[in-house]
Amino acid sequence: MDWRRFAIIALIIGIMFGTVVLIGVSQNSALVLITSMLATTIAVATPLTLGALSGLYCERAGVVNIGIEGMMLGAAFFGWLASIYMNTVFHLAAMPSLLTGVVTAVVTGGLFALLHAVLSITFKVDQIIGGTVINILAAGITGFLNRQMFFGGGSVFGGQIPHSPGVLPRIHVPVLGDIPGLGRVFEQQPIALAALALVVITHFVLFYTRWGLRTRAVGEHPAAADTVGINVIRMRYMNVIIGGMLAGLGGAYFTLESISSFEPLMTNGRGFIALAAMIFGNWTPFGAWAAALVFGAAQALQINLQFLRQLIPPQWAFLQNSYVVGLAPYVLTMLILTGLIGRTIPPAADGKVYEK
Amino acid sequence: MANTSLVLEARGITKQFPGVLANDRVDFDLRQGEIHALLGENGAGKTTLMNILYGLYRADSGDVLVDGQAVTILTPKDSIGLGIGMVHQHFMLIPVFTVAENVMLGDETVRRGMLDRKTVAGKVQELSHKYGLDVNPQALVGQLAVGLQQRVEIVKTLYRDAHILILDEPTAVLTPQEADDLFRIMRELTKRGVSIIFITHKLKEVLAVADRITVMRNGHVVGTTTPQETNEAQLASMMVGREVILTVRKEPAQPKEKILEVSDLHVKDDRGLDVVRGVSFDVRAGEILGIAGVQGNGQTELAEALTGLRAVQGGEFVLGGVDLTGDPPRPITEAGLGNIPEDRQRHGLVLSYTVADNMVLCSYYLPPFARGLVLQQEAVDANARRLIQEYDVRTPSPYVPTSKLSGGNQQKVIVARELSRPVKLLIASQPTRGLDVGSIEYIHKQLVLMRDRGVAVLLVSAELDEILALADRIAVMYRGQIMDFVEAEDSDKESLGLLMAGIKPASQPEPAA
Repeated sequence: MDWRRFAIIALIIGIMFGTVVLIGVSQNSALVLITSMLATTIAVATPLTLGALSGLYCERAGVVNIGIEGMMLGAAFFGWLASIYMNTVFHLAAMPSLLTGVVTAVVTGGLFALLHAVLSITFKVDQIIGGTVINILAAGITGFLNRQMFFGGGSVFGGQIPHSPGVLPRIHVPVLGDIPGLGRVFEQQPIALAALALVVITHFVLFYTRWGLRTRAVGEHPAAADTVGINVIRMRYMNVIIGGMLAGLGGAYFTLESISSFEPLMTNGRGFIALAAMIFGNWTPFGAWAAALVFGAAQALQINLQFLRQLIPPQWAFLQNSYVVGLAPYVLTMLILTGLIGRTIPPAADGKVYEK
Repeated sequence: MANTSLVLEARGITKQFPGVLANDRVDFDLRQGEIHALLGENGAGKTTLMNILYGLYRADSGDVLVDGQAVTILTPKDSIGLGIGMVHQHFMLIPVFTVAENVMLGDETVRRGMLDRKTVAGKVQELSHKYGLDVNPQALVGQLAVGLQQRVEIVKTLYRDAHILILDEPTAVLTPQEADDLFRIMRELTKRGVSIIFITHKLKEVLAVADRITVMRNGHVVGTTTPQETNEAQLASMMVGREVILTVRKEPAQPKEKILEVSDLHVKDDRGLDVVRGVSFDVRAGEILGIAGVQGNGQTELAEALTGLRAVQGGEFVLGGVDLTGDPPRPITEAGLGNIPEDRQRHGLVLSYTVADNMVLCSYYLPPFARGLVLQQEAVDANARRLIQEYDVRTPSPYVPTSKLSGGNQQKVIVARELSRPVKLLIASQPTRGLDVGSIEYIHKQLVLMRDRGVAVLLVSAELDEILALADRIAVMYRGQIMDFVEAEDSDKESLGLLMAGIKPASQPEPAA
């Protein structure tokens, strides 16, 4: 285990939490502030966690996927569209509509990933180009369809933003949710909870199962895997598609869990930050999750400081500027990617086309 | 020893690649419990034949029989199922996995959905013990020495119950000691009923370990013989298709002035350990000084320091009267160094560049190849055409990437580039490693030719035969120091071998470790 990396992560998160506590302690108890920060952090880190896990499946199998951003955006749109259709056109209740939306988002992510796999594995297109194609394609399709369906006289919904089925409800987690004081940290919506479970599941799959051993083999030395009878192409396809489905679930967070509407380009670079988290986490599920929490905490800090705006002391006035605080995750991304914090080692065959 | 039942038989195997008939109606068979060597130059079709038997390629025509039954091998899975195991020349191991993980990959033992590392480790331990392989199942493969990694490959095949083992150029990457260990293991395996196909182009090894020898050339089988019926010279001419001179013909050296003077040089390796500890010697114009020693006694780092690729920690070296200690490669090159580096693919060539571009790597910035900032393509092309002709580089054109050339021809590109410049000192590190007989003969001739033209030659080689054949004087390195200097004509393999092991004649005390 790479303790230094986790120590740095804990320190960064600690500084951000400390800032909120210092500012807000005159109004609220430290425990309330911390649990509220923690709950927000986990919630807003959800798409980053899922995006990072998405990248993890792809890259551990040797396929670089910079199309996660596009996969999430596409999934966010089609998932939302499906839930509205179910709700307003087929008059399904809110809950089944939302669940159909989630399934649609996951399938959308999987289909985008299939495209990436066909391009980069079968047709051996440069993987960066393949990912870029997906990002541009998703931005174009969602922007175009959004306009066609919801705006203007001839559009499907007649220029009216239709009634939406709302967002997925919070779930009470038994045992963890009952801890006094801390319990509310676990009062999360289903995709956020699923993301937490998927971190553990991915760790188990990668390091304790046959599938994981073969996936890593294919990402490290595909020729070696081939010579012991492993189907390299199939392993890569499957993992890229699994990754796409996870990105799809991450996309569903935006329109079915966070807010109940779609805006063009609403993923706003989260897919790329997720990749940074994956790299910072050194291509491990827990590392990637911890890194995603750093970015989540930065966002939670921004949100909390807006609530605590009046309490910010004058000498810290720069914190009132939400743009300054909003910059934090991006600055962190750059610092991390320039290798300031520890060296990371990608899978040896990451991004390399396999040819016999 | 071998009885006559055939475990593997290939009949009339033909395989056409674009532009090359790699296997032309090849017949080959393997008897129970024998070591059958498959000998041939690079590109003779040995590896193609083995890849067909292992299911990596499909033959255009021909039949394969295993234990007398006709079989169809379409994928490695099929051949593994038939009990065929292959140890590839470039190891098929995953450095970040443990030995046990590498062994089980593709044939995993799973309990309740989880990898059963413990059971596999136990089985690896058992196999390791049974065949005297001495591998630790928990070790990370990337941290093992090359010889041990090769044993992991062997364990991998045994784990899959292979009784037919294909070893593709297994000694190319080994030190002489590791090779001896491998031969011991091979004999141990055949004693226990494993049959081995041993692919190589090294004649001595074939004569030492094989029961039968089949020679291939240009996709054909030239013939099959036994070590008792043949000798090195005959095998060499079968391989190459003409008479080959295995011994280098040279006149006595006529050393002149000192070209390279090295005094009390100290160098550290990548891990920061002192690996060259106070080395002093000089090389004169018109002589070849051979540096002998077991791989890993500081020779590599010494050569890197002298060529400017590695920092010098202490001492100095003077080339042609100029102190160049600590200088980067370019001034050293301009002072008259020609360098044939140990790792030709990493340090000698830019593999993705064309042959023509590689031939001007040391001089592209000088006229006639450059005028100001502009490269003179015509001059580069003319240079390449001339050198290709002069040094007999077999390449379809000067404009193919160097990566497409065979190892021997890649080395010729380097030799052509380095020897066509006005050099005073030539450092040749393992210049013939991994090359076939024809190329070795050629490179040896060139080195002697340079010497006779008055160049000082420093030859670093782990092959004692090479050192003895070429060098005029020999320095033996052991643990970063020079044990002794000897005249080549007064020395033999045995006395050098003792020096290489750190034992001085007349029981003088060995240097402190």
